[in-house]
Amino acid sequence: MSEKIEELFQIEQLETLDTIIKSFENKPGSLIPLLEQTQDLLGYLPLCVQRYISTKTNTPPNTVYGVVSFYSFFTMNAKARHRLQVCSGTACYVKGGKEIAEKIENEFHVKMGEVTADGRFTYEKARCFGTCGLAPVVVVDGKIYGKVTVDSIDKILEQYQ
Amino acid sequence: MAKKSVNDIMDIKAKVLASSDSSQGITRVYVHMGTCGIASGANEVLLSLQNAIKENNFKNAKITKTGCAGICSREPLITVVSPGKEPVMYEYIDSKKATIIFEKHIIGGVAVKEFAFARGMEYQIAARKEAKGTLPQEEAMDKSIPGIESIPFFSLQTQRVMKNRGCIDPNNINDYIARDGYSAAIKALTTMSSEKIIQEVLDSGLCGRGGAGFPTGLKWRFAAVEENSQKYMLCNADEGDPGAYMDRSVLESDPHSILEGMIIGAKAIGAHQGYIYCRAEYPLAVETLNKAIKVARAFGLLGENILDSGFDFDIEVYEGAGAFVCGEETALMRSIEGKRGNPRPRPPFPAHAGLWEKPTVLNNVETLSNIPQLIEKGSKWFASIGGEKCKGTKVFSVTGDIINVGCVEVPIGTKLEVIVNDIAGGMEEGKIFKAAQLGGPSGGCIPAKHLDVPVDYDTLKEYGAIMGSGGLIVMSDQKSAVDIARFFMEFCKEEACGKCIPGREGTKQMLNILNRICDGSGTLEDIDKLEELSLVIQKTALCALCKTSPNPVLSTLRYFRNEYIEAVSKNKKEVK
Repeated sequence: MSEKIEELFQIEQLETLDTIIKSFENKPGSLIPLLEQTQDLLGYLPLCVQRYISTKTNTPPNTVYGVVSFYSFFTMNAKARHRLQVCSGTACYVKGGKEIAEKIENEFHVKMGEVTADGRFTYEKARCFGTCGLAPVVVVDGKIYGKVTVDSIDKILEQYQ
Repeated sequence: MAKKSVNDIMDIKAKVLASSDSSQGITRVYVHMGTCGIASGANEVLLSLQNAIKENNFKNAKITKTGCAGICSREPLITVVSPGKEPVMYEYIDSKKATIIFEKHIIGGVAVKEFAFARGMEYQIAARKEAKGTLPQEEAMDKSIPGIESIPFFSLQTQRVMKNRGCIDPNNINDYIARDGYSAAIKALTTMSSEKIIQEVLDSGLCGRGGAGFPTGLKWRFAAVEENSQKYMLCNADEGDPGAYMDRSVLESDPHSILEGMIIGAKAIGAHQGYIYCRAEYPLAVETLNKAIKVARAFGLLGENILDSGFDFDIEVYEGAGAFVCGEETALMRSIEGKRGNPRPRPPFPAHAGLWEKPTVLNNVETLSNIPQLIEKGSKWFASIGGEKCKGTKVFSVTGDIINVGCVEVPIGTKLEVIVNDIAGGMEEGKIFKAAQLGGPSGGCIPAKHLDVPVDYDTLKEYGAIMGSGGLIVMSDQKSAVDIARFFMEFCKEEACGKCIPGREGTKQMLNILNRICDGSGTLEDIDKLEELSLVIQKTALCALCKTSPNPVLSTLRYFRNEYIEAVSKNKKEVK
């Protein structure tokens, strides 16, 4: 992991990152929101970004890594074009969410947390979106699809190329 | 916007109440837009209504965007109130149906029967029961549409926490004020001492709705007696129990009730800073809360010298980053501090040393939204319904293989069968009830033979389940009990923070055994091992997450042991 932050990201992105870091200056406990905003900006948090934040905020690198690796919201891998989340909450599980997950896994040969070979989807298992009335639920790029079936999932995913 | 005084707030209330729609000839259209509604297409419905109003240049219609209306399985829902007439609620609406409703009902004043669900709105139920139908001041609509008071899903509920659902715009503080909003905060800040507030809460028998059921007043007293100039009032909106979404519903449809509850709590314990810790999976809730806080600040209901009472208090929303364990109080506080959300042993209890080692109170969303009414109407009123020790209502999100999926608020102590069979309408066609799962990964199952159990903290424990935060999932006989136990154990194994060994290794070993049993290579001995491991984890894990993680296994073993035995007897190699 010796990639350099300047090689992975544009100079404008890094300038924005600096502004974000600055906005949290002298605010105790701001590491998590800072990382959230950074991930929103850059898409993911590779080690070089973590090191950059660690230096700029005077936080030990192990603390930054400890937080990034603890919370499922953070990722250290580059994301695909679309984020595909299959809900694995109890209501969705009871209503057939498992079968939908299995179908996606077989069709795209992916496991949870992986990116499809064509770079189209980052496939994630989500905890619960609290829309259990629509179970089973699949979320693509933040849009919630309810009452999904193994048949209707194809049509939903077709819209995301 | 200038800061408001107590009189200004009273004026707003009087003004909103005086300017009724019907006196101005306005047709009010409520579009119920919680996350569920939006996911079912409420945005498209809203758009087509807005377009229809614009295209027809129809100035006498106003749209109010409310939160969830409660009955999620019939979304998208809208309610139309023609001037002087009784409201009609419509179900399963799409943009085409919305256009028809616009022409016939909004312009024409005639209900469209084929899309209608009920006459009347939920907050009118008590009055409608008394009037035996249409209220005297309203003109009746098509009487072949059932009155809302005759629909068990609504009529058997008791609305307290959910009293504003479906009838206020969560982004309009005036709507909240008109429904008695902030009057309890005014009362607490201007006429009550800290001790009096705490005594009122103690007397009411309100206990924490997050799951543990600890008396709220006692928690407040512990923090109030601490001598420290810096204290914190926190709200736990990290509703992580999969299958539970009562708190999301409150956050999205009535955010000011939580702010008001926190203001009163802060005054009681002497805190000047509050945080709402909300999970990242609820973007709409976070947005709604932030808007509410901004307006409350502008009104002077948050910030320095609230309503000229001399009391300072402000609130910030803190977005979680996806970790179930952060619903545990000590872990949540570490997370706000910007650290890994590892729980830590208690004592010290947060009331003594919580967030940044300062005295801290953490209350659940539902607990806090009970506070304003409790303070306004008093502890006697509050305690008039409920269980033996814990008073008031509990909200459940009832999901699974039942007809009416939705948020259900009932007095604590209501029989489970009333919730499942009457309110939720029983099982979907062709399905047979097997068990109701309460309390998620920390809870257990109640089988058919115990459906008459009153839903209360102590009684549910006797039956091996827990009240939990309010997730209630109904399962049909097509679901395997062992598989459900495996599902919850997988959840706990993945969400265990890794700090204590029973949590980190114990859950993993239990999952291994359950996986073996499920794929047909388990043995009878495995069942004994499961039980043994369960007891060890219960006794030795660090925090509630893992301590309670064996509950789904123990509960399914208790009621469906035969399924475990059947599963291992499929293992041909097993020597009998």
